[in-house]
Amino acid sequence: MYVIVVGGGEVGYYLCKQLLGEGHEVVVIEKDAKMCEHIEEELGDICLHGDASEITILNKAGITRAEMIIAVTGEDEDNLAACQVAKQKFNVPRVIARINTPRDEKIFAKLGVERTVDAVGLISEHIKAETMLFPVTRLFSIRDRGLEVVLVRVGRNSSAVGKPIGELSLPLGSVISLVIPQGEESEIPTEDVVLKEGNQLICLVPTENIGSLQAIFKES
Amino acid sequence: MGCGRIGAELAHLLDDEGHKVTVIDVDSDTFDELPPDFSGMAFLGDATDEEILRKAGMEQADAFVALTRDDERNAMAAQIAKQIFNVPRVLCRIYDPLREDFYSGLGLEAISPTRVFVRLLKERLGE
Repeated sequence: MYVIVVGGGEVGYYLCKQLLGEGHEVVVIEKDAKMCEHIEEELGDICLHGDASEITILNKAGITRAEMIIAVTGEDEDNLAACQVAKQKFNVPRVIARINTPRDEKIFAKLGVERTVDAVGLISEHIKAETMLFPVTRLFSIRDRGLEVVLVRVGRNSSAVGKPIGELSLPLGSVISLVIPQGEESEIPTEDVVLKEGNQLICLVPTENIGSLQAIFKES
Repeated sequence: MGCGRIGAELAHLLDDEGHKVTVIDVDSDTFDELPPDFSGMAFLGDATDEEILRKAGMEQADAFVALTRDDERNAMAAQIAKQIFNVPRVLCRIYDPLREDFYSGLGLEAISPTRVFVRLLKERLGE
C-alpha cells in the first residue's frame, strides 16, 4: 500500500520504519531539513522536505495515488490541515491524525477527521493502569462502535467484592471478558465466579457507561 | 485572533466605528500594538481552544477574523468559529494561494495576502 506520513519526528520515524518493514511504500513529509537528512540516512530516500498542507508538496508526494495519509506532527493544527486537504481535496481513502491536545479530538471529528489517536490521553491512561490507583483505565477504543476495552481493579470494600459475576448489575452492554486474580491463572469468567478485592478485570463497556462501571468497582 | 500589526490596526478601526471588539493573542506583549484609547477587550489565550473562545464571548460574535502568521492555526480557529460557534461571518488569512481556494470551499472567507499583493503590483505596473 502507498502511505504518506506527515511529520518525521520520533513517532513519524518509527512508524515509517515499521511500515517499510511490512513492505509498504512510504513517503514522509517533514518541514525540518535536518530531520529529513536524518531520516534519509537511516531509512533511505523516502523523505520530502516541505509543508504537508501545501498542495504543491502533496502533489509532489503523489497524493493522488496514496491510499492512506497519517499525520503525526506535534502540532494539531498542522495535522488537521494536512488531513483535511488530503481527504477533501484529494479523496485519500484513509486519513489518520495524531492529536496532541486531548480537547481537539472532538473538534477534529466535527471538522471531518474522525480517525484520531490522542497521544497524551493514551500515555496517561497507560500510566494510570501502571499506578494501580484507579478503578478503571481505558486500554483501547473501538470508536466506530462506541465501545471501550478497559482494565478494572476490584477496589477494597467495593460493592462487587464477594459477589458472583451473575449478581452484579453491570451497566447495559458491558461484559467482563477476563478475570485476572493476583498470583493465579486468569480465566474467562462464568456467571458463578466470585470476585475478590484486587482482582483485575478486562471489560468491554459502551463509552457512555464507563462512569457506572466505575461506581461498581470503586473502593469505598 | 492575532494582535500583530494588521490585527491591532483592524481592531482599532472597528473600535473607532463603534463596534464591540475582542482581540485574542497568545502573547500579551502584542497588546502593546493596540492604541491607548482602545475600548475593546484584549484576551490572552489560544484561539484554537474552544473553551477560550467561549470565554472570549464567541457565542455572541457576529464576525471572527483569524490573522496569525500561521495558515494552519488560522484555518483551524476559523473552522471552530464557523462549525462549532456558527459565527455568521468568518474571515481568515491564508498565505498559500492554492489553499485559499480550498478553505473557501469549506465555507470560510479565506484571503491570501500573497495573491492580493501580487494583483495590486500587477495593476500598478499596468498603469
